[in-house]
Parts: sequence; C-alpha cells; structure tokens
Amino acid sequence: MSKNKTAGYKGPYGYQKRREGDGEWDFNWCDVGWLRENFDHSYMEEHVRICHFRNHYELTRKNLMVKNLKRYRKTLEREAGRIEASKCDFFPRTFELPSEYHLFVEEFKRSPGSTWIMKPVARSQGKGIFLFQKLKDIMDWKKDGSRSEEQRDETQVESYVAQRYIENPYLISGRKFDLRVYVLVTSYIPLKAWLYRDGFARFSSTRFSLTSIDDQYVHLTNVAVQKTAPDYDPEKGCKWQMQQLRRYLTARHGTETIEALFKDVDNIFVRSLQSVQKVIINDKHCFELYGYDILLDQDLKPWLIEVNASPSLTASSQEDYEMKCCLLEDTLHIVDMEGRLTGREKRVGGYDLMWNDGPVYREDVNLETLGSACFTANTHLGCVNDRKKQLRQLLKPFPSKKRI
Amino acid sequence: MMDEGTELSLTIAQIVQRLKATHLHSQIERQAKECLHRPEIQLESLKEDVRNFLKASGWERKLQNAVYRELHVQPLPSHPAAPPEHAKEPLAYMRKAQVNWEKRILKSLNSMCTELGVPLARKRPAVEQKELTNKWNEMGTDEPDLSRFRPVYAPKDFLEVLISLRNPNHDSSEEASAKSHWGLIQVPLHDRDIPQMREAYSELSLTTGQLGIDDHTHVPPDLFESEHTRIGKKVVNEQDSAAAQQYSRQGCPTGLRADLWALILNSTNEPEDVMHYEQLKAGVIHHDLLVDNLIYKDVKLTASNDDYYFVFEDFLYQVLLCFSRDTAVLEHFSYNSATPPKSYIQGKVGVEEFAVVYPPNGVIPFHGFSMYVAPLCFLYNEPSKLYSVFREMYVRYFFRLHSVSSSTSGIVSLCLQFERLLQTHLPQLFYHLREIGAQPLRIAFKWMVRAFSGYLSTDQLLLLWDRILGYDSLEIVAVLAAAVFAFRAENLMEVTSLTSAEAVLADLSTLKVMPLIQIFLFATVI
Repeated sequence: MSKNKTAGYKGPYGYQKRREGDGEWDFNWCDVGWLRENFDHSYMEEHVRICHFRNHYELTRKNLMVKNLKRYRKTLEREAGRIEASKCDFFPRTFELPSEYHLFVEEFKRSPGSTWIMKPVARSQGKGIFLFQKLKDIMDWKKDGSRSEEQRDETQVESYVAQRYIENPYLISGRKFDLRVYVLVTSYIPLKAWLYRDGFARFSSTRFSLTSIDDQYVHLTNVAVQKTAPDYDPEKGCKWQMQQLRRYLTARHGTETIEALFKDVDNIFVRSLQSVQKVIINDKHCFELYGYDILLDQDLKPWLIEVNASPSLTASSQEDYEMKCCLLEDTLHIVDMEGRLTGREKRVGGYDLMWNDGPVYREDVNLETLGSACFTANTHLGCVNDRKKQLRQLLKPFPSKKRI
Repeated sequence: MMDEGTELSLTIAQIVQRLKATHLHSQIERQAKECLHRPEIQLESLKEDVRNFLKASGWERKLQNAVYRELHVQPLPSHPAAPPEHAKEPLAYMRKAQVNWEKRILKSLNSMCTELGVPLARKRPAVEQKELTNKWNEMGTDEPDLSRFRPVYAPKDFLEVLISLRNPNHDSSEEASAKSHWGLIQVPLHDRDIPQMREAYSELSLTTGQLGIDDHTHVPPDLFESEHTRIGKKVVNEQDSAAAQQYSRQGCPTGLRADLWALILNSTNEPEDVMHYEQLKAGVIHHDLLVDNLIYKDVKLTASNDDYYFVFEDFLYQVLLCFSRDTAVLEHFSYNSATPPKSYIQGKVGVEEFAVVYPPNGVIPFHGFSMYVAPLCFLYNEPSKLYSVFREMYVRYFFRLHSVSSSTSGIVSLCLQFERLLQTHLPQLFYHLREIGAQPLRIAFKWMVRAFSGYLSTDQLLLLWDRILGYDSLEIVAVLAAAVFAFRAENLMEVTSLTSAEAVLADLSTLKVMPLIQIFLFATVI
C-alpha cells in the first residue's frame, strides 16, 4: 500500500511526493485547489481516503457558513421553539456584501457608533480584513442602481461579509486572543465528529484598544498577520497551549464557570456541523480536519469567527511542531487505513468522540444509567492529553480485528 | 535561656504591640463600640457578650489570622540582652559577609549611576507625569533605550560570594576524607536529613493523597480529588489562615488557589490596601528612579521572553515599580540579614540626617527578580491584590533567596542541603560530576534562587509553591533540586563536561514535581 502526499508535509511516515499525472493513490492529503480540479474526475476505490469533502466551502466560506447557520436557526425556531434556536446565537450579526447591502444598512443604523469588520469571503490568514465605523468606508460594496451598466461590469467587487465586531473581547493582561480548536469529521450522514484536546490561544502582540481600528495588528490575532508586525519577536511566541489557557481561566473564574464555558464551545461545533449536515455531499472516502476560530468576550461567551478547511500546519515553535505532528498522527489513526479500530472507540490518542449521530457521553449509557440525569459530554478540550499511553493500550496487536 | 513562661509573655507582648498599630485594631475597636447598641449585649456580662459577638461576626477569626501571620513572619524573641542585629542574623561571620556583599552592590549601582550620568531619583516633569498616567496599563509598549543599563548583579555573582563563605571558628584543617564535603558551600550549618524530613513532610508521603499526583487523569476523582476540593471550599468559607496553610500541604485546587494563598498570607484587599497601592502608584508617576530602568530591563530580558509570562508584562511593571517605592517593606529588614542601602545627599556622606534609603523599599532588583512576581499573575487580576500577595510572599520567603544568612530557609542552607542530599544519596553521580568540572550547585543554583520560577511549567510551579506556603519553608526547593538530579542521573553519568551536564538539565518544563519530591523523600533507600 503506497501512501502519497502533496509536497509540504514531512511526517513520520516518510511520504513520497505525488508525481504529476500519477492518478493512483490510496490516501491523499491535498489542498482545496487540487480538490476543486480533480475530485469530480477521480475514481476512488473503496478503501481510498481524501482529506476534504467535495463542497466543504459550505462550512468554511464565511458567507456560506453564515447563510447555512441562519437557515438552520430558522428551522430550529420553527420546529423546536425560540429557546432551542437561541443556542445558535454564537455568531455575530453578519451580512454578505454587496448582495445584502440594504439589510446591512438597516442593522448598521440600528446600532449607531458600532464597529464592524469586513472580511473577504474566500481569503485566509487575515488578508484583506479591515474595520470600519462609517458607511463611507465601504462605498465600494454599495449595491444600488446609481452605477451604470459599464461601471458594474468593470469593477466586479469581491464578495465580502460585514460582521458586527465584538467590542468587548476577553482580554488577558490587556491583550486580545482567539482560540484555534481542531475538529475532525469523518462522516456527515450520520454525523461523526471528533474533538482534539490540544489547541492554542493566539495573542495579539499589542494591547487592545478601540481607538486604533486602523492598526490591524491589534485586532487580528492570526499568527500570519502578527508575524509582519514591526515589533513581532518570533522568540516571544504569541501562543499559549489550550491547557495553559484553561488553567488560567479556571484559576480566575473557578471550575464550574469554565466547565460551563467549554460546554458552550462544544455547542458551537455541534450546531455548526449540524447546520451544514444536509448540504454537504457526504462521501465515505472523505474526512476533514477543521480549524475552528473561537473568540471569547468579557462575559465569557464564546463566538464563532470562522471555520478553516485547511488549518495551517506550519509550526511557529518546537512545542507547536510537536503538537501538530501528534494531531496529524492521531488523525491518521482515526482514518484508520490499516483497519485496526473496531469503530466503537470513544477516544483515539488526543481525539475524543464528540458526536456520533447523537451526543457522546463519558459515562457508559446503558439500561441502568439511563434514568440518571447527569451525563457529561465526552469532550476534554484543554485537558491533559496523555495520548501516547492511550494509543499503546488501544493499538495493542490483536490476532484478528474486524472493522465494523 | 529564658524559661517558657517568659518567652511566651514576651512573644505575646511583641505581637500585641505590633497589632496595636494596624488598621485591624481600629476596626475591631469600632466594632466593639458599635455592638454595644445590640440587644444581646447586657451590662452584667459585657465582656463576655462583646467577645461572643466578635466571634460570631467573624472578627475573632480575622484577629486569629493576623496573630498567625505575626507568628510566622517575625522571629521568636531571643534573649532580652541580645542586640537587634541578632534578630537579623545571629552569626557574626554571615553578617560580615552580607555587609561586604552589599557594599559591592551599592558600589556597582553608584558607578553605573555616575557613568551614565543618570540621577538615582528625579522628579518627572508634568508632561511626562501625564503621559505615564495615560499609559499606566500598557507600560510594556514603551521601548526606552535600556542598552546602557546592566543588571546590578546576576545570581552567579552571588554564588561566588556564598562559595567564599568561611566560618572563622571552624577548624577545617582536617585532611580531606570521605566524610568531608564535596560541594562548593563550606560552612557548617545544620540541616535535616531524609529521615527527619519524612517526619516533617508526612503529608507528602506515598500513602497520602496529593494534588499533582492523585488528580491525574486515570485516577478516579472520588478517590481523592473531589473530597479534597470539598474541604478546600470549606476552608475558604471559614476564612481560617491556619487551616488553609495545613490544607495547602496537599496542594490547592486550581479554582481555589488564589483565595487559599491570600488566606495563608493574610493578604487582604480592603479599601486601605487599595489606597496604599494607589499612593504607591502616585509615587511612581511623580518620581523616576534609576532602579526603574533596572526593572524594565529585567522584565524585558526575562518575563517578556517567556512563553507563559510574556502576556503579563504590564502587570509586572505595575507591581515592581510600586514595590520599589513601598517603605512598608523596610519593616522586614528587622529579620532580614540584609540592610537597606543608604544614599547620602551630595556632600553630606556619612551624615545620618542626610541619609535616604535607596530605593525607598531597600531592595535592589537583580537579574531575574521579576520572575518572583510572574507566576502570581496567573492567580490575581487586580493590581492591588496582586501587589499585596507578592509583597507578603517577598517579606516572608523570597528575600531569603538573595541574602547571606544562616536561616534554614536561607539560600546558604538550601545550597548546603542540596549538596549534602546529593552526596549522601547519589555519591557516584556527585563524584562523577565533580571530576568533570561540573559542580552540581553551579547548575542548580539558578533554579533555587528563583524558587524554580521560569524553569518549571506554571502548573507545576504553583504546586511547588503550594508546599512552600504549606510548610512555611523553602526547604522543599532544595529537595526538588536534588530530586531533579536523581531523576536525570542516568543521562548525567554519561556526560563529560559542564556544558553537556547543563544541556541535560536545560529543560525542566516537562517535569512533574510532586512525584519527584515524593519518590526522593519516601522511596530513597537509606
């Protein structure tokens, strides 16, 4: 069995680079560009695996994600009532421009003095993002009949989303940060999703202040952007491991409060995936590792900023490198090309099974325990990740193991 | 020697004296006066009733905590005829060494001052004052030119002083034998061996539950963690310092640690504490001190470059700049072998009326000083609370790590203990390292001076400091240093130079301190 990989990843498996025109592969870690061009023309045998879903952009493109979430929320409200639907209120008010320009203006006028953030729909790493407080800053996205036909054809404006900027982010020592969390989806129908215990908090290298909205270094916490800031010190490291953050928050606010916070974070993953469940083209060959960006506000409410289909795997430090290697190793364990797993596992390495066509609990749910009210979710974000030990026990050689 | 009765009454008198001057005293007095209006206070049983009221309303507990604090911080009264310097340091040769060391530090500071043409202190012009007030919460954004400033001293300079310490009354003319000490510290101080420590640190034994060991993922929480946390909550509710200290020996749960430490240190955040802090802040705004630059430099060189602590840069300035100006810190010099450096108004050197303590708190920061504060930023958010806790930790423990004294928690004792533990229990390793020119203390010293801050991962460091507070002693730092060597003994036996020995011990961030300490104390074959 040969494993091929596109250039860029140096893993412990000793991947070979894919040769052009070589259509034979068993496992493909490709980028979305390749997928777009080749997926539809590739014939994949039963055992083959590829690391993206065909139309993943329903979740990872900012405008589509919002569209799907809004629609899902409406459905929930209709079917299960307002309270249930309010559990989807984890993304800030968002409008696609120029198509929803008028709706946006209505909302904008309702909240005078508010700050908004403009993000290009399809770019990454913080490119093209800016903040604004006045309508005149986004004149280019104005949709009205005043521009002539020729003008409209000439200057095809890139699709953006305008999103209400979270003006009260949770600050640590005056600095803003966001969370990067890894969620692995191996199937949408039924929905099966794993949550990785490690992740990190990315700090902005300058202090937060609303008075300097032009200073993109303050507001954008993407490491890619931070690296270009004049006072960026690569030795400094703008990241904290998730465990570090969780401990800090627990020391500050107490165990119960932070457990509730992480439960809310779990809710974001599950609902966002559910919102695209019916839209994504399910394919047993596909799996996808998402990089979720979450922001906390001062009331300890988590907000979904965006979902990345190709989270960066380049490392900013030794610690980061090790974490990402382990992340990939465990992803491959779950994809399980070797057929070593039974399919009934609730944990593989650093991954905990978060959703398996229904919530997954730490406790074993059986006839006896069914009556009891307290089940805890099987997620351990920011908790101890003793993956090596767990893998040793899990992958002990067995005479014969059948994959279900 | 005094008899117990006299000693006790002397202690009581001293404590009463000290507490009389505190805010707590006036608060209790006021409470006692106001409670006279209450119906349950009867004239016939006035004393009894007032006492009961104070007990029920929690004031007796506060008083208890204050007394407890005094007992811990101040040394026991020695013989009435003993001069005050004996309270600082009973051994004359240690006192002398400390005085000489201080002379060197002061000389270094003064010459830097002259060289750079920077005054020790200057009043800030109004414009600068306003600027600093606006920037108070983000002083880290300042990029002053610090290239000309050097730290006044580094731990390794201090180590050389300790190595050269000799007791003039000690006859060290005996031939070097197996019994002689192989390490660098050559003073005959008494310290505890492992059997004695097993008794003293009984709560760390293999059969007792510990945070840092028994809260690990595979251990069901019902076995220890849940119950321990429940007790912790109770201790916090009772607001009992003594109970909190005892509790801390088995570790503090993350969610309760901030409250427990504040309780153990009797560090309050009453309005007068906040006001005191604000006054210090005003002092920072009005005057610029030379040591401020040393603080800036230290923070930039150490905490700002640390993955865990870089985020707290601003807090560190807010605490340390105020700390330098806090004359309340001068009190601790009555039991610190060190003496605050004095500076004289120009032309009046030696004339006491023109002497001024410099810096105002008498503590000259050295390279790495900010690391004493950094871990506390993890627990406390409000600058005044953070400040209060740090100051208390400094005047109880940290000062002992950079002054020459015979105290059992002093750095000299810690170094000696470390070396003795190694020589007794890991003689082969010690011998080997000595032979290759890698004296173990040369590597371990920097860990101990900082109480391991910046070398361990934060959660492990906090578990260690739980025990420092719990046992009211820094001895555990020496034990951990020895335990680290024991843990890496195999690798260390293979190195052939000081540099490679240092490389083996360069990264302690993955160590789990409690298992190491536990095994070293309770599983070592003696």
